[in-house]
Formats: sequence, C-alpha cells, structure tokens
Amino acid sequence: METKDKKWIVGQGSHIYFPQDTRIIMFQVILALLPACAMALYVFGMDALKVLLVGVISAVAAEALIQKYLMKTALTINDYSAALTGLLLALNLPASSPWWMICIGSLIAIGIGKLAYGGLGQNPFNPALVGRVALLIGFPALMTNWSVTGGYLAELYRKVNPETLTAATPLGFVKAYSGTNFSADLVNYFNSYKINWESLFVGTTSGSIGEISELALLLGGAYLIYKKVINWEIPVSFIGTVGLISMAAYYANPQATLLPHYHLLSGGLFLGAIFMATDMVTSPFTFKGRIIFGIGCGVLTMLIRLYGGYPEGVSFAILLMNIFVPIIDIYIKPKRFGV
Amino acid sequence: MASELKTFSQGGIHVDDRKYSHESPIEKLPASKLLVIPTSQHIGAPAKVVVAKDQAVKIGQIIAEKAGFISANIVSPASGVVKAIEARMSPTGFKQECIVIENDMKDEYFEAVTDIAPSPEAIEKYDPASAVKQVEKAGIVGMGGAAFPTSVKLSPPPDTKIDTIILNGVECEPYLTADARIMIEDADKIAAGLALIMKIFSKNGPVKGYIGIEANKPDSIQKMSEAAAKYKDIQVVSLALKYPQGGEKQLINAITGRSVPSGKLPGSVGCVVQNVATAAAIFDAAVNNKPLIERVVTVTGLGVKTPKNLLVRFGVMFTELIDYCGGITEDAAMLICGGPMMGKALQTSEVPVTKAVSGILVLNHSEANLYEEAPCIRCGRCVDVCPMGLQPGMINKVIEAGEYEKLEELAIMDCIECGSCNYICAGHERLVQKIKIGKIKLQEILKARKEKEAREKAKAETKAAPQDKPGESK
Repeated sequence: METKDKKWIVGQGSHIYFPQDTRIIMFQVILALLPACAMALYVFGMDALKVLLVGVISAVAAEALIQKYLMKTALTINDYSAALTGLLLALNLPASSPWWMICIGSLIAIGIGKLAYGGLGQNPFNPALVGRVALLIGFPALMTNWSVTGGYLAELYRKVNPETLTAATPLGFVKAYSGTNFSADLVNYFNSYKINWESLFVGTTSGSIGEISELALLLGGAYLIYKKVINWEIPVSFIGTVGLISMAAYYANPQATLLPHYHLLSGGLFLGAIFMATDMVTSPFTFKGRIIFGIGCGVLTMLIRLYGGYPEGVSFAILLMNIFVPIIDIYIKPKRFGV
Repeated sequence: MASELKTFSQGGIHVDDRKYSHESPIEKLPASKLLVIPTSQHIGAPAKVVVAKDQAVKIGQIIAEKAGFISANIVSPASGVVKAIEARMSPTGFKQECIVIENDMKDEYFEAVTDIAPSPEAIEKYDPASAVKQVEKAGIVGMGGAAFPTSVKLSPPPDTKIDTIILNGVECEPYLTADARIMIEDADKIAAGLALIMKIFSKNGPVKGYIGIEANKPDSIQKMSEAAAKYKDIQVVSLALKYPQGGEKQLINAITGRSVPSGKLPGSVGCVVQNVATAAAIFDAAVNNKPLIERVVTVTGLGVKTPKNLLVRFGVMFTELIDYCGGITEDAAMLICGGPMMGKALQTSEVPVTKAVSGILVLNHSEANLYEEAPCIRCGRCVDVCPMGLQPGMINKVIEAGEYEKLEELAIMDCIECGSCNYICAGHERLVQKIKIGKIKLQEILKARKEKEAREKAKAETKAAPQDKPGESK
C-alpha cells in the first residue's frame, strides 16, 4: 500500500497497552475459582452443579435483561463480570438452595448491587455479597440449611448415621445454643477434635458450597497474586486479624470459645478474604489503605461471630468495610514524588 | 559496574522494549529536493521568519530567529532557495507556519565549519566562553523528544549551583533505538560533548558527569564506558530497565538519589540533564561551528517492513523515511511521531522531520491500542505505577465530573504525562489525554483566581486611599 495515501487510525496515547484488561482480569478470577468449584462438585455432587449453573446463568441473564429492557443501554455481559458475580454468589450458597432463591439473589446482586449504581466500577458494595446478604435476611432458614442431599458428604454422614439429613457448621451450632446450658458441652465437643483442622482445610465439611475448602481457595488466591490480579495485603491482614482475635478469645475463655481453627477454617473467611474483600471496585487504592481495610474486615467479622446475632460475620464485615473505602482513599494517599 | 542496577524510587512500569532496530546501523538518507521547515520545532515561542520568498539560503543560515527567552533559532538544513512561507501540516498534528526550501543539492555552508575530532585535548583547548552563544546560533534543542531550547538549559539563573551533569542515554520509550545507535557509533563525540558541558558549569566549582543507560543496551554501555574512560569525573551508570526512567526527574533520582521538588526544575537539586544526541550536537556547534541540520530517527514498528535508524536532514517527509524502510505492511494501523508511550498519532505521513522527531512508529493492528474505553474498575494499578505518586484514576473521575478545582489538591500539574497509567489501565482509558485537558482547565481557574485577587486588592487600595488623605474625610 502507498504510505502517502494511507488512512491512519488516530488515537490518544499511550498507544500500546498492557494486555491484562478488565475482561482478562474477570476471566482470571473465574479461573482461580475453579479449584473451589471442583471441590464443591466433589463434596456436594449434582446439587453443587445445579447451584453453580443457576447462579451464573441467572446473573448473566439478569444483567442482559435489565440492560436491554430496563436501562436500554449496551450489553456488558461480555466483560465476564456478571458471570463472576453469579459464580461468587453461587459459591456463597448452601448446596440445597432452591433455584428460584438463587435467581432472586442474582437479580438483587446485579440489579441493586451493581446496575442501580451505574454498572461495573460504580458500585460501592460487592454485588455478590449484596445478593447473599439479601437472601440471608429474606430466607434465613434456607440460607442456613446445610442439608446433606447428595455427594461425598451424604455418603459419609449416612455411613455414620443413616438418619442424618443436616449437618450445621460448628460456628452455627455454637451460636444456636449460645446462652443455653448445652453451650459449654457443645464447645467442648467441637474442641475435643471431633473435627480436625486438616479435614476443615481440605474441605470435607459442611458449609456454603464454595467456602468449604481453604486449600482450593488458597490455590486460586496464589494464582491471582501471581497474576497480580489481587494483592496479598487484604487476604493476609483479614485472615491474620481473625486468627489473632480468635486466639485471644480462646485463651481468654477456653471453656466457652471454639478453637481458633474453627474460626479460621470452618466459615466463609477464606472465600471472603481472598475473593470478595479483594474486589477491586470495592477495596482501597493504596497499600496502607488495603491493610486498614483487611484489619477492619477481620475485627468486624470476629465482633459479629463472638457477640452478634449471626454465627457468621464475613459477608457483613466486608459490606460494612466497603462503606469506608472512599474515606480510606481520601485519607490514605500515595506518597508523592518530590514532596 | 555495581551488582544492583540503579533505578528511580517509585512507580514505573516494566514494558517489553521491542527494540527491533537496535542492531541496524545508522544509514544516511539522501536529502530531498524540497524541505519543509516549521518555525516552531521547540517548546516556547515560535521563531520569527527572517527570510523572504525566493531568497537564496545556505546551510546553517538562520532562517527564523529565536523570539523570546524560551525559543530557538531555526537554521536552513540545505543550500537553495526559499520557495514558500506558508502553513503546512507538521508532526505536531497541526498546521504550522513553515519555510519551504528548494534544495540545490550543493550543500554549501553559510559559515565555515571545522572538523576537529572529539578528544580530551580538543576539550582542554576549547574556551567555553562562547559555547552557549554557539549552541543558540546552531538552533540546538533537546533531542530526546521534548525539544526544550538547549541554550536556555545551559544558562540557569545565577543563584543555581550546578554540580552534576547527566546525559540521558536511557531511551526508555519502547521501540526507539536512535540514541542507542548514536552511543554505539558516536560515543567519543557524546563524551566530548559532556566534558564540554561540564567545563561550561565548572567555573562555579567541581562538576561530575554521568551517562545513564538502561541495561538492555550492553553494547551502548560498553562503547560509552570506553569513551568516558578518557575523561576525568565522567561515569557511565547502568540502570535497571523501567519506564519512564528517561524522565528528567526520574533519571536524576535514579543516578543521584536526589528528588526534584514538586514544581521545581532540575537546577534546584544541582543537576542539568541533556540527551546524548544533544551532547553530540553541542560539541559540533561549539567546537566545529556546525549547525543542527539533521538528526537520527528510528523508523520502526511491526507496520513497517524493515525497521531502521536513519540520519535525516530536517524537512524530509515521513513518507520518504517509511518508504526507504520498505514501506508499510498490509495491517499497518497507526502512525506515531515519537515513541509508543508519549508519541502523537498522526493522520498523514506527509509531515516533515523536525528537531523533536526521535522516531517514526508504525504500529499494526495487534500492537496498537485500538480498544474502546471501558469503565474504571478501580484496580488501582494507575496509582501503583505513577512515578509522581499521583492518583490518575481519581484525577480522571474528577475531570469527568467537571470538578476542575479539585485538581489542584490532586497535584495534577506534577503529572509528567509519561503514559504509564494509560498503558496499565484495565479499562483502556485514555488517562493522559484527559489529564492534559484537566491541566488546561486548572490553569484557567488558577489564572482567574489570581486576577480576581489582584482586582480585589486594587479595589481595596482605591477604597483605602481617600481615607489616608488628611483633611478630605474630616
């Protein structure tokens, strides 16, 4: 082609780009969640598959329908962020969740959690957590129904006791009976190693389908840190704070407090700290800001678990800390050059 | 060489350097018949035309004169006749006043030039008293791309104490290799140029000289080290590969550890920074009375068939350079004057090479950022990479909201427009473009505020004045 007559594309610099853009970042987070998905399928079988599929499909559909018919704007489902929100929501649900409840969760997560604020990047709260917390408040029974309906756990539990249909989490049990005569016995029961930390870590216990295996979540987290999608600051400060407080609480009153490993490994801490609190949109810009954010999440989680009405506090803690992100970003600024 | 490579203290990006033309020796491109010379090839006021149509000119003759303190002379790069003085497209992307010269191909010089070889002896003998005048006459400006008039840089305010001269051989823009080749092929002249600059400043005390080169150019480092070894107090510093190390403030920080304060010039920390090609030009002008009539331009990118480094007379069209390199490929997409990070995209290749043109970059569809802007997801990478410690994402939001007065607190004027944030942005947002707009808007606000304050002060004085007059108010 003649150089002279060439019609050149004119753009604004810089003219080259870093390939890891929003789409790739979202895709990498989805990839990082695959070990947790695999563990969910292994432990909960087809029930988990159903929850995962309904979660992802309903979130994508919710975004597409709202954007097309309600907002009449361009569809953004190609950036994978709706799929990721759906996947995260699903991983935060019990295996027994009915399909319609998941759909309501997706609709709230996408519609109210994200699009109502102006779409990706504008939302102050983590959308998946908005969906989850709405379901937790709206359907408390269904959301804590850790029924053993199928998969590995069902077989295991039925071997022990053919009548077993539900298996509440240790945190849930203790909270349910706190203040009763039974409380100390229950704590004692769990603390005398009826469930060892290895099985909690690998994930052959009850809980939301995505939170059970800290091993799988750590694998995904390591991948994300390696790919520089997330920083280590929030997971480490969040989990570290929970570890310290739970240890302090245990040694202050070992008779009435669960061992720290239950606080670390039997709830939604790792899923929340690695995949939800690190959500770029809703976490601080700076290193120091992220440490403060992580510590705040940890403190609030433990306050809710130890003194609040809910057995689990990770979701609430992250949402509460989301509120502080703009303030953290105003007060914690990067160090300027030459100032 | 130190085992740990030096670099600047904060921010920066690691970007694939894509120096395709590094091995390609500098080739001299024949001067063309018609040369188009813009009167504004530098930062500052455009030069004032001092020739008329049909006037005969010779090489080195001043055809447009420095107009104002920050400005530079424009000399004729060829002997011949002035064909026209008119507005033409320049590599800035705008039409500018240009002097069109028809080259008679005789290459006659306006003033006699000498051919003294660069050596410590030549510098020893040279009396630097007239050096700055020579540099000004030759029309030399910074050749790294910013094109700041060199004579101005060589004459800082009398109260500034300069103890360090740094030559910038970093060439941190990906793709560009002009400086790397000049260092390989003309190391002696660069070293002599540095020694000469040091001599200019040494009247106020001892001056140290450094040449900063990134470690991806081991051959340039070697040649420059050999040349520098002949001089006292000149040291070549290998730097770790990191963009934007060639930024003046970043380079000073990397080499000396000093930080130029916000809003201040390098002189405030005792430093003067010059590009390596500028140093060579300073030697030519000062010692040999040679005017600045040509420069080395890298023609590169996957959109050009054979990337090369060309020594080109000013005024030659980009088209000629590109065609000399085999022309463009089928999937060529973008034409950029300069490097990919800070260069400017052009609509046409029918613009002339000027003093500021360090490279002509033809990007193909796979290299060029052709993405639409997507929303900010607050990934915060722009904050991490900003070498000035700013918050580009936040600045962008403020600009989009039209809240320009907030830009003052966000220190937008500190931005060096290096494009690191733009490069790393997950939403492919054109942050630098918006920051440039924001800077203009903030300057307008600051100017209006100043004027208002001046008006109020004047008003207060006129009000106060009658009361001071005894008798009148009583």
